[in-house]
Amino acid sequence: MYQYDSYDQAMVDARVEEFRDQARRRMEGRLSEDQFKPLRLMNGLYLQLHAYMLRVAIPYGTLNARQMEALADIAEKYDRGYGHFTTRQNIQYNWIKLEDAADALADLARHEMHAIQTSGNCIRNISADHFAGAAADEVTDPRPYAELLRQWSSFHPEFTHLPRKFKFCVIAAEKDRAAMRLHDIGIRIVKRDGAVGAQFYVGGGMGRTPIIAPLVRDFVAVDQLITYAEAALRVYNRYGRRDNKYKARIKILVHELGAAEYTRQVEEEFAHLLSVGVEPPREELARIAEYFAPPAFHHPSESWDLEQLQSKAAGDPSFRWDDGFGLWVRRNTHPHKAPGYVSAVISLKPVGGIPGDATADQMRIVARLAREYSFDELRVMHTQNLLLPHVRIADLPAIWAALDAAGLAAPNMDTIEDIIACPGLDYCSLANARSIPLAQRISERFAETGRTEVVGELKLKISGCINACGHHHAGHIGILGVDRKGTENYQLSLGGSEAEDVSLAKITGPGFDEDGVIAAVETVTDVYLGARADGERFIDTYRRIGMEPFKEALYG
Amino acid sequence: MKILTGNDLRSGAVVWWNGTGWSLFVDDAVDAGDDSEEILAREEAARRVNVPYAIDASIDAAGHVRPAHIKDRVRALGPTVRRDLAVPTADRTGWDWVI
Repeated sequence: MYQYDSYDQAMVDARVEEFRDQARRRMEGRLSEDQFKPLRLMNGLYLQLHAYMLRVAIPYGTLNARQMEALADIAEKYDRGYGHFTTRQNIQYNWIKLEDAADALADLARHEMHAIQTSGNCIRNISADHFAGAAADEVTDPRPYAELLRQWSSFHPEFTHLPRKFKFCVIAAEKDRAAMRLHDIGIRIVKRDGAVGAQFYVGGGMGRTPIIAPLVRDFVAVDQLITYAEAALRVYNRYGRRDNKYKARIKILVHELGAAEYTRQVEEEFAHLLSVGVEPPREELARIAEYFAPPAFHHPSESWDLEQLQSKAAGDPSFRWDDGFGLWVRRNTHPHKAPGYVSAVISLKPVGGIPGDATADQMRIVARLAREYSFDELRVMHTQNLLLPHVRIADLPAIWAALDAAGLAAPNMDTIEDIIACPGLDYCSLANARSIPLAQRISERFAETGRTEVVGELKLKISGCINACGHHHAGHIGILGVDRKGTENYQLSLGGSEAEDVSLAKITGPGFDEDGVIAAVETVTDVYLGARADGERFIDTYRRIGMEPFKEALYG
Repeated sequence: MKILTGNDLRSGAVVWWNGTGWSLFVDDAVDAGDDSEEILAREEAARRVNVPYAIDASIDAAGHVRPAHIKDRVRALGPTVRRDLAVPTADRTGWDWVI
């Protein structure tokens, strides 16, 4: 994985000291909140309901064991012993004190991490397929391109004050595991006739105006990637609305201009930039790519395949195949490009738990497992789970046993228990309603009744306000919390997907109270189970039978 | 009644105007009434508290201060899903009044 060079480190260290001085002046009363707010936000420090919140960037969700241990230390030293992994592959600390914030940032910097550009109207953390570098179906590892974009966008003077925040996502497979088309710019790395290039999807997003990004360029040569990104940003920076924050995202510009006209303007700018020459030297991409060289995988003869694992486990009670391990292997592992390996999902969604939360101790256990079994590498998934990207199938029993002992072995990836939920009104100053209690109760209800396995793949996503941090627009079932005359109310929506079959969910009808929406989720799954054809997921059945049977069951 | 709240500048903790300063406990909040704007301006200028603001509240039969809006009731005690992290309070009514 990428390692800071002296330039990176000096830049981050300087920023810490700059912020230390700004925070000191604020605490001495020499800066007003109006003056200080943009400065703290540029360093990821928000003020939430109960305290300051620090959002730390984890570029494309990749980190090593030492960094995870540093995150655990920060949770204990400056926070309350836990952190919250987010849908943007970041981590948030909920209880940071202003007087400690610079020290926390200094600790991050010592471990090649920071919170720069995790807020504000700038280019945010670059997200990527969490299986990058491991997935059997990717054409190449997308992370070198994500890292190149990160370096280009860090402190980019022209794009520090955009009309609104700006989010990139990079994938390199047909399957979309990163909600790529629901980003301001989604990039799919592809190969055409042996040449590597990028598809550019521009103008997607969730929030109050959900839009699926249209394809703007089907192939950009990889040695023109930054130039095209710069052209796309320039047109937005020039014409994006600054008079109304609700219409300031690039999706509104692309929608109002029309994709064809926006593309025409980008192409014009692209041609101009090609003549100027803004692309980094090819050697820089090659230098970055070296950091992402595949680890030295064991020869397949030194591991097992999944059939061998099952056959050994079935005959040996010590494997506890029927006691959760088998289900976990089936649910929480993902095909790997190297024979004898899988990627193993570490669920942060125990039944009744808070989606995305991990204690410092849990982070340290995960770090140890990464060091021992996954070439010192970890990922944060946008689904608010963690991932050991490269594990030998033969090591799965030991990994599962350690996770199980730490409460991290919930076998629920992509099930109704694997709920994405934003912090909601329990933490967030923007929220209208709580999200976490719904996630807790729904996972408990389905686990208690044994219906999780029966229902199968079902992606349920909950947001506590229209900003949609919980991705409710893209849930097979989505729930949006609203304020209804001072009480929490929840709108139910169906039919969304953030995968390669991307679609936006539609609202079923009038909202529900907390008990009502949980019952409504059960009703919706009843309709699905009654109507599904062989092999159909919830989303497949919904698309086949439409909204009406669900509405009929919900509202009579 | 009108009570005043904000977040402590250094710690970020939720605080309530108690007539002479800022308290961590909502039950210490006092009715600022017509003085709200003047107190807020003074406290904002003193830069001890972040963006203080006035909210509607009431006093229940047992004498406890209850903010009118759900958001401020959640602020008063802490995240409903992490009650182990709640603001310590002598209020024995638990969390029933928050939601």
